[in-house]
Amino acid sequence: MSNKPVNHARAAEHFLEDAPHLQFHDERLWDMRQKRDAQMHILPEWQELREEASRIKEHTLSRLPEYLEQFEANAKKNGIHVHWARDGAEHNRIVGEILKAHNARNLIKSKSMVTEECDMRPYLAKQGVSVTETDLGERIQQLDDQLPSHIVVPAVHKLTSDVAKIFAKDYHTDPNIRDPHLLAEAQRQAARPVILHADAGMTGGNFVVAETGTFVVCTNEGNADLSATVPNLHIATIGIERLVPRMADLGVFIRLLSRSALGSPITQYTTHFRGPQKGGEMHVVLVDNGRSARLGMEDFWTSLKCIRCGACMNTCPVYRRSGGLSYGAVYSGPIGAIIDPTFNERKYSTLPYASTLNGSCTNVCPVKINIHEQLYKWRRVLVQHHEMPFVKREIMHMAGKLMGQPKLYRAAIKATEVSLGTMPRFVLYNWLNPWGKHRENPHPVKQTFNDWYRRNREKARPAAAPETKK
Amino acid sequence: MKIGLFIPCYIDAFYPEAGIATLELLEKLGQDVEYPLDQTCCGQPMGNSGCNSDAAAAEALFVRNFAKYDKIVMPSGSCTHHVRDNFDAIPQTDEVRHVRENTYELVEFLHDILKVDAFPWAEFNHTVGLHNSCGTLRALRTASMSELGEKPFSKPMDLLSKVRGIRFVTPKRPDECCGFGGTFSVTEEAVSAKMGVDKVRDHYQAGADYIVSADSSCMMHQQGCAERAGVPIRFIHIAQILNGAAQ
Repeated sequence: MSNKPVNHARAAEHFLEDAPHLQFHDERLWDMRQKRDAQMHILPEWQELREEASRIKEHTLSRLPEYLEQFEANAKKNGIHVHWARDGAEHNRIVGEILKAHNARNLIKSKSMVTEECDMRPYLAKQGVSVTETDLGERIQQLDDQLPSHIVVPAVHKLTSDVAKIFAKDYHTDPNIRDPHLLAEAQRQAARPVILHADAGMTGGNFVVAETGTFVVCTNEGNADLSATVPNLHIATIGIERLVPRMADLGVFIRLLSRSALGSPITQYTTHFRGPQKGGEMHVVLVDNGRSARLGMEDFWTSLKCIRCGACMNTCPVYRRSGGLSYGAVYSGPIGAIIDPTFNERKYSTLPYASTLNGSCTNVCPVKINIHEQLYKWRRVLVQHHEMPFVKREIMHMAGKLMGQPKLYRAAIKATEVSLGTMPRFVLYNWLNPWGKHRENPHPVKQTFNDWYRRNREKARPAAAPETKK
Repeated sequence: MKIGLFIPCYIDAFYPEAGIATLELLEKLGQDVEYPLDQTCCGQPMGNSGCNSDAAAAEALFVRNFAKYDKIVMPSGSCTHHVRDNFDAIPQTDEVRHVRENTYELVEFLHDILKVDAFPWAEFNHTVGLHNSCGTLRALRTASMSELGEKPFSKPMDLLSKVRGIRFVTPKRPDECCGFGGTFSVTEEAVSAKMGVDKVRDHYQAGADYIVSADSSCMMHQQGCAERAGVPIRFIHIAQILNGAAQ
């Protein structure tokens, strides 16, 4: 994997050049934000729910080892096999071994961001396992060989015309279909036989309950239930932060999740998995993959409260105008920008800057993660770790020095140019040039406020002799 | 009460009329205001970029300039936000704490401290759209935000509604960030400019002749976007309207 910093700005610029896609993307996600607002207004206890959800998650994270062990013990009592994966490689190896033991060649799966983190599909492909995504959006992305661009609506950056082209290639349907129902039907016809003949099914898990040793999967398409129950072998890949202590805690999160995500009161399917079906096997793979390390980061550990609703993405004005793929990471949008650097600081060093720090994300977050404050803190960390481009770092250094010296600063303003010490002018102007690409410069003025004050107030100070009125 | 007036660098250099209006308005309201001549910047550009240690000189100078005042007032939400919430590049002495705890954005100072209930000199016969910067909206909390579903309130609107002749329109996405974001406007210029154009069009389509804001930095960006895109809308700082701007 390349360590080169993701060029979010350039990818976003490219995204902005395509007006129809941009407009659809912005409006579709803004519509989700508005539907979320409508749901919030129906529930007078909305802020209490957020507070409670945050509290439960912080409590759980503060005692994560105990609750994980409690879950493991109870899950085993339920007949579930529990595995521990330190990282993506270990996760993939565990899943590969389970499949090999059952001689399973065809795996159907529902959406799971953790398997994206682990880059599981290529690993299993090498082992001769054919993996089929059953979530419509995720399947579109799989066929197009792209990462999901959004954690809830993975293909939201595509128009029906894009989907028609992709399906035409793989499903031999008419590339000119524009009716989403026909496209969905094409996917259904293509997926059903694969589902019926699958050897194993995989799901993620939205919530894991420690006291019962069970887990919950929330979906809207029913594909997770098919994936989990049609084959006899069900593997669930779940991040270790997905725990809640008690069954009684679940209600808080179920009420918040879909309302925050899509603005619907609840997902179509909320399935509690309590153990293997008759004659079947159930495996849970608990994945760390950097989570324990994140838990130890004083400023960033609360990002583990995330329930993956995507509300921060829907509300983010930058995300809506740059598209999820521009983040070049498994997780995009505001939550991605604070999580991704924990995976690779250099590669994702640009993402905390893909934000105006407007704070909308923090205030829609159902578990009250202070996302924009973490973005701010990440910038400090990245500068301390020398992950800021040299020119920008130098400009800030010189600007900072100049701002501490009022006489020099005044001289610089007076000269109507900002001659920042030893920085060659062309470098400085190249850096500032982008302002004028799509914007006019501020108009020049006859005098600064400082000049005006000196002329109109300083001279008129009572201590001095009265000025003759002009 | 002795007031120290801070005029942010971009207002000093590009929008002196907003600074003049702030000073004149406070004087009309009978306040004892001084503008320390040796001021530069609050440190925000360096702080927001993550280069916090580079903000130290500006922050130290700011404290030297303003520690002697009872209250520090500035016509800028984002600078106030920096001083109040992020001003930590220098050791937090009693002086620094005094400055941070007594710094006010103009609107909240007029609304909460002076509790001004009339601007008899102010008349503005235009239709305006109010732009709350993200700093005022979500950090200083001078207005309710749509994200929280809270009871609507707006300190700038409370003040503006006391101005004769003024009419208001509300854009479709009143709380959406305009895309300035400090250095974001340069490092992410494409997204920034698109956000700006969308913002000014939203106000224009709602019927606004003017966008009014407590933050000139947002408006500097919006004005640049509007002029380039040919959106015929004008910009004015809230201090100018409250001070009785020329029609």
